Amino acid sequence: MKSVVKQETQAINGDEAVALAAKQADVDVVAAYPITPQTIIVEKFSEYVSNHEVETEYVCTESEHSAMAACLAASVTGARVFTATASAGLALMHEMLFVTSGCRAPVVMAVANRALSAPLNIHGDHSDAMAERDSGWIQIYAENAQEVYDSTIQAFRIAEHLDVQLPVMIGLDGFTLSHSLENAQILADQTVKDFVKTRQFPVVLTHEGKTAPFKLDPDAPMTMGPMALPNYYFEFKRQQEEAMENASKVIKEIHDEWAQLTGRTYGDGLLEQYKLEDAEIAAICIGSTAGTAKAAIDELRDKGIKAGLLRIRTYRPFPAEAIAKALSKMKAVAVMDRSMSFGGRGGAVFHEVRHALYDAAVRPYVVNYIYGLGGRDTSTTQIKNIFADLQKIIQTKRVGDLVRYVGLRE
Amino acid sequence: MSNKEKSWKEVSPAGVCWKSSKTYLTGDWKSFTPERDVKKCTKCLLCTMYCPDCAIRWNEKLGDIEFDMNYCKGCGICANECPTKAIVMKTE
Repeated sequence: MKSVVKQETQAINGDEAVALAAKQADVDVVAAYPITPQTIIVEKFSEYVSNHEVETEYVCTESEHSAMAACLAASVTGARVFTATASAGLALMHEMLFVTSGCRAPVVMAVANRALSAPLNIHGDHSDAMAERDSGWIQIYAENAQEVYDSTIQAFRIAEHLDVQLPVMIGLDGFTLSHSLENAQILADQTVKDFVKTRQFPVVLTHEGKTAPFKLDPDAPMTMGPMALPNYYFEFKRQQEEAMENASKVIKEIHDEWAQLTGRTYGDGLLEQYKLEDAEIAAICIGSTAGTAKAAIDELRDKGIKAGLLRIRTYRPFPAEAIAKALSKMKAVAVMDRSMSFGGRGGAVFHEVRHALYDAAVRPYVVNYIYGLGGRDTSTTQIKNIFADLQKIIQTKRVGDLVRYVGLRE
Repeated sequence: MSNKEKSWKEVSPAGVCWKSSKTYLTGDWKSFTPERDVKKCTKCLLCTMYCPDCAIRWNEKLGDIEFDMNYCKGCGICANECPTKAIVMKTE
């Protein structure tokens, strides 16, 4: 690895890390509406604007639906666009999320993951973003403030890549990451600016055999996202799937390029393995709980228990084959879900991990643990208990309850 | 669906149109057709202004209006607005 660039240690919370990354990425337009626990992001960014530290056009909208509509409109004119939301705000954006991905607008959005009402709850879980997993957005989930910063910067390059052209969502667990102060290594403004570069545009076929860069420009007019009836709609959806497939490769490339610059890696950019190589039992999770799981695994390893962790960093595109490969030698696996798919017999991550394993030659036992809903804390003791359950399953060769609940009062 | 239609690898992204909208003959949609009684028509041209598809035009050479059935969707606004009831909608 080349020598890394000079970095400065800053005490920063996840929200501030997002705002700083967006500032350094030189965004042209931010259209946003504040909502807990994302509020610090937009507050911080509006400070940058009022202090003239950025040249960004900051649009205060009357709702999240309008915020995403404004982001889409700005993005298709060729601007680099950023926004942030959480929970009910993301839910209100639902319709526009599909329009944005369908228009292939590379908007970058931070989501401070929070529970959905009712009952009203402002704390962290993944219900908001998991409900949008089919919206055509790339989804990257961070483990700590450092990764939030790194991922937000990477997101612009991924979204705007000529083979991708898709919006990207960065997930950071509400309060656990959004509001907790951590030490993070911050790069110089110019270094980040050089890394993110300026936006690129693929050349597309427009009216009557003409070609033009893919953006709305009065000098090279084109129509974007009009009506496509049964004879064409399907073809455009297939293109989005292709872009997602391309994104798997691009996310790795951008991750590696950033690693060269900073010295930091998060697995291969899609999946992070922790003490998994010789493990017999493994936990799979997304987001900040990976940190807790790593601490639990360290304690178990001290006792000679071969436990490991697979953290899914990129949930869309879902690295199914790599997951199957990483779990090929496990005897039992616990998939942790921080959201529910009511009536679905397990959470979303569980469903997809099981789906990934179906074609494997040897399949481990796979059980689901729903945890941390509405911000309920998950301890190392609870995670050690999950591993104890896995050992019991291997011993008895009986799975028992397929879906279990962590820290729920029975 | 005809074989002439483009595959998913050929279409421009995000539904970017590769043909002029003029080549999309929206007149195909109609199930009603306007029929004009020339004796009742006063050539007031209100229908040309009300037609949402500009499918009724004044033809200077003919000294008369003409309907462009390639784009008339058969909505019936012309018949509704015609002050002398010279236009009636007929089933195709």
